Amino acid sequence: MSEEFKVEIVNPEKSFLSKEDVTEVVVPAFEGEMGILKDHISIISFLKPGIITIYSKSGVEKFYVEDGIVEFKNNNLSILTSSIFNLNEVEKNKLQDLLKLAEEEGSKSEANDQTKYLVDQKIEVLKSLN
Amino acid sequence: MASLDDLKKRIASVKSTQKITKAMKMVAAAKLRKAQESAEKGRPYSEKMNNIILNLSNGISDKENTSKLLSGTGNDKVHLCVVMTSDRGLCGGFNSNIIKKAKSYFSKISAEDKELKIITVGSKGNDQLKRVYGEKIIENISFKESKNANYFDADKVGKMVIEKFEAGEFDICTIFYNQFKNVITQIPQAQQIVPLNNEEDENNSDESYEFEPDEDEILSNLLPKNISTQIFKAMLENSASEQGSRMSAMDNATRNAGEMVDKLTIEYNRSRQAAITKELIEIISGAESL
Repeated sequence: MSEEFKVEIVNPEKSFLSKEDVTEVVVPAFEGEMGILKDHISIISFLKPGIITIYSKSGVEKFYVEDGIVEFKNNNLSILTSSIFNLNEVEKNKLQDLLKLAEEEGSKSEANDQTKYLVDQKIEVLKSLN
Repeated sequence: MASLDDLKKRIASVKSTQKITKAMKMVAAAKLRKAQESAEKGRPYSEKMNNIILNLSNGISDKENTSKLLSGTGNDKVHLCVVMTSDRGLCGGFNSNIIKKAKSYFSKISAEDKELKIITVGSKGNDQLKRVYGEKIIENISFKESKNANYFDADKVGKMVIEKFEAGEFDICTIFYNQFKNVITQIPQAQQIVPLNNEEDENNSDESYEFEPDEDEILSNLLPKNISTQIFKAMLENSASEQGSRMSAMDNATRNAGEMVDKLTIEYNRSRQAAITKELIEIISGAESL
């Protein structure tokens, strides 16, 4: 029996990625990292800033996301996000820019707890990448 | 009767107009391909988003306490209309179709004695609406600088709508845009985005989802996003429609200019021949009288 399922990542502009031979996906869900294998229960969750790791027959791919929604149903994983970068293709400068932006955002004091938490996450992840 | 010189000038000017319209048609055709492509590519996102929300709202037991964006405020006194048009003219009936649709909706609302507020996106719509509905327009946004429709712009509009909703400035929000069907047909659409119109008959999944965090939090996060997404979808459809509409309008203009050149050329040749004949008669009759 095959252990593969389908992953689709879409952003508002286009379908970012579509893969049929995925064995495992690790997503940075809102309440912690979440690994998804075949026949996972149907789930809807949010993403926090972090790294999506996709394990497939053709290798491992990593993506940086800032936000999004994941939906898993009938062995179809859909990830909707407005900001996603493939870590292999993105340039170092771009990540540094993002970090700078995030730090500026974090220095604003009026943000509420949730946004602060998200910004902190973003800074942490970006720092680990740079 | 126009003189030969006048006709000659007229032909030249029609010809140069034809050149312009032809060039505009080419440009629109090239842009259309790109706009159409991105409109098609953008569809999966908004469809998926809709699906998730549909699934979510079906799964929610306590409909009363859900986000106001889904269930509405319970009133329908104040209507907010977001009229999305282009920033440039010369695109046939594109803008006037949206305006016509919006105006008929406006008069319906006024007839029901409800309050009306308008946000115009794109300067052409603002130009056409401000004469009659000037005092109703509360905001005018234009994205002249951005070349293509992008999510960032749509998000700005979406955030504004949500801000106004949370401030209790309106109860029902409708967006007006042109849906792209093909190059010659664009259908003006009125889509209600607040509260969300969900067609319950499409209930094909009895499957229960696991939620993380809980439903309410997901919904309250998702619904504002959905508004931006719907607006973005409308912007994409609009930009494809605009280019399509411009292309066919310019195609028509080019053809009309061609017909006009033909007609003028015939007239020019006729009057040239008439002048020659007249001169000949004068010479001959002059020679005869000697």
